[in-house]
Amino acid sequence: MKKLLLIAPFLLLTGCSSSQTWGWYVIDPTTASGWTNVKFLISGMGATIQISLIAAVLSIAIGLLVALPGLSEKRSWRLVNRVYVEFIRAIPLLPMLFWVFYGLPIVFQSMGLNIPIDPFWGAIITLAISDSAFTAEIYRAGIQSIARGQREAAQTIGLNYIQTMRYVILPQAIRRILPPLANQFIYIVKMSAFASVIGMQELTRRANELVVTEYRPLEIYTLLIFEYLILVLIISAGVRWLERRMGADERG
Amino acid sequence: MSDAAIELAGVNKWFGDFHVLKNIDLTVKTGEKVVVCGPSGSGKSTVVRCINQLEKHQKGTIRVDGVELTDDPKSVATIRSEVGMVFQQFNLFPHLTVLENLTLGPIKARGLSRKEAEEKARHYLARVHIPDQADKRPTQLSGGQQQRVAIARSLCMEPRVLLFDEPTSALDPEMISEVLDVMVELAEEGMTMVVVTHEMGFARKVADKMIFMDAGEIVEQGHPEHFFTNPQSERCRKFLSQILQH
Repeated sequence: MKKLLLIAPFLLLTGCSSSQTWGWYVIDPTTASGWTNVKFLISGMGATIQISLIAAVLSIAIGLLVALPGLSEKRSWRLVNRVYVEFIRAIPLLPMLFWVFYGLPIVFQSMGLNIPIDPFWGAIITLAISDSAFTAEIYRAGIQSIARGQREAAQTIGLNYIQTMRYVILPQAIRRILPPLANQFIYIVKMSAFASVIGMQELTRRANELVVTEYRPLEIYTLLIFEYLILVLIISAGVRWLERRMGADERG
Repeated sequence: MSDAAIELAGVNKWFGDFHVLKNIDLTVKTGEKVVVCGPSGSGKSTVVRCINQLEKHQKGTIRVDGVELTDDPKSVATIRSEVGMVFQQFNLFPHLTVLENLTLGPIKARGLSRKEAEEKARHYLARVHIPDQADKRPTQLSGGQQQRVAIARSLCMEPRVLLFDEPTSALDPEMISEVLDVMVELAEEGMTMVVVTHEMGFARKVADKMIFMDAGEIVEQGHPEHFFTNPQSERCRKFLSQILQH
């Protein structure tokens, strides 16, 4: 009985189930139609990577802009940071995506602007804004972890606020900020799957479309999961490399 | 221009409800060396930190070379450019080399060329007796060396006044004298200095004026000769007997 439980998952995936037939042929690269399907599925990779990369870069920039007022001594500046972080963090990604894609063009129109939002930029804007609340908190924690004496020493040798950040605080904080920031990138890659619902031709959308024509959800979605797995594993390797380098730097 | 480098008049400061500085009046003349002592929590570090606005005072006036410290960022910048500060924890920048620690301010805040700044940095490193550590990271140096680098970093800004906030308190005993020696040399060269310290041997050697603070007030001030041999107040007498009995 125990043995049976152990091999059950394999039986499930290899098609030894009695109730239904299995069809790995649908993504079998050795057949012409299978290869066409696989190429179709993988062709979403470029869009997923593009959306994720641009969103991550924007999120890293917006996050810093949001984090800085949160470190101010003035309460009103800190409030700006708090309101942004709490508000953005509270919005689930899918409703925000709908709001940006269907709602924002109407807001623009009412202001007399004709700015269309296509699925590509709709997804990027949503992912970047949504993620920036988290990157802002990462920056804030990282900058706050640098001892106050560093800022004071910078002030006493005449550096202004921007110079203090640029030459003293951020170069030290970046070691603590980069690894969690890179982790955040993994979230963006996974969340980019939501772009499929507004018609962006990325990995998940391609899978959905193929399922509709081939009726092979298990096989196709299994491949989809492995596509994301490969992307995330590559990023993880990058993060670990980064952490090692930072660690080595700190000791040296 | 008056010969007063620093003038504090009726300075008050609160941390929340805690009245940390009470009506501080203090004048430091150009070239004068003032040593501030007192029990911990007496406000002595806070006084020094107010002079370059690392802390804001809430009442009274502070003037450095006749310029009054206000909320105006310009006045703060002017005063900081004339006042150097040496911290208890050194506060060197760990991600930069010793040389870069020294040239950062002159290059970015003063607009010196890299070459000028490096010449100046090497000059002051020689003056604090560590000319050959320029390319090391601060963490590769001993505590005493680090504090001397910190002093050199302040000197590179060519301040008119140097503030010391317990510069030897974080040092191992065997390294205290190498830092004090540098400070004595600076004093002998005529630098205006305000030093918060418990090193009474140093105070006896260089101080023109002793200040004793307790509970946010200046309880007693005077020439070291009178200060050490004949303190007027009971609190000061008690404090001195406690730190001098070893």
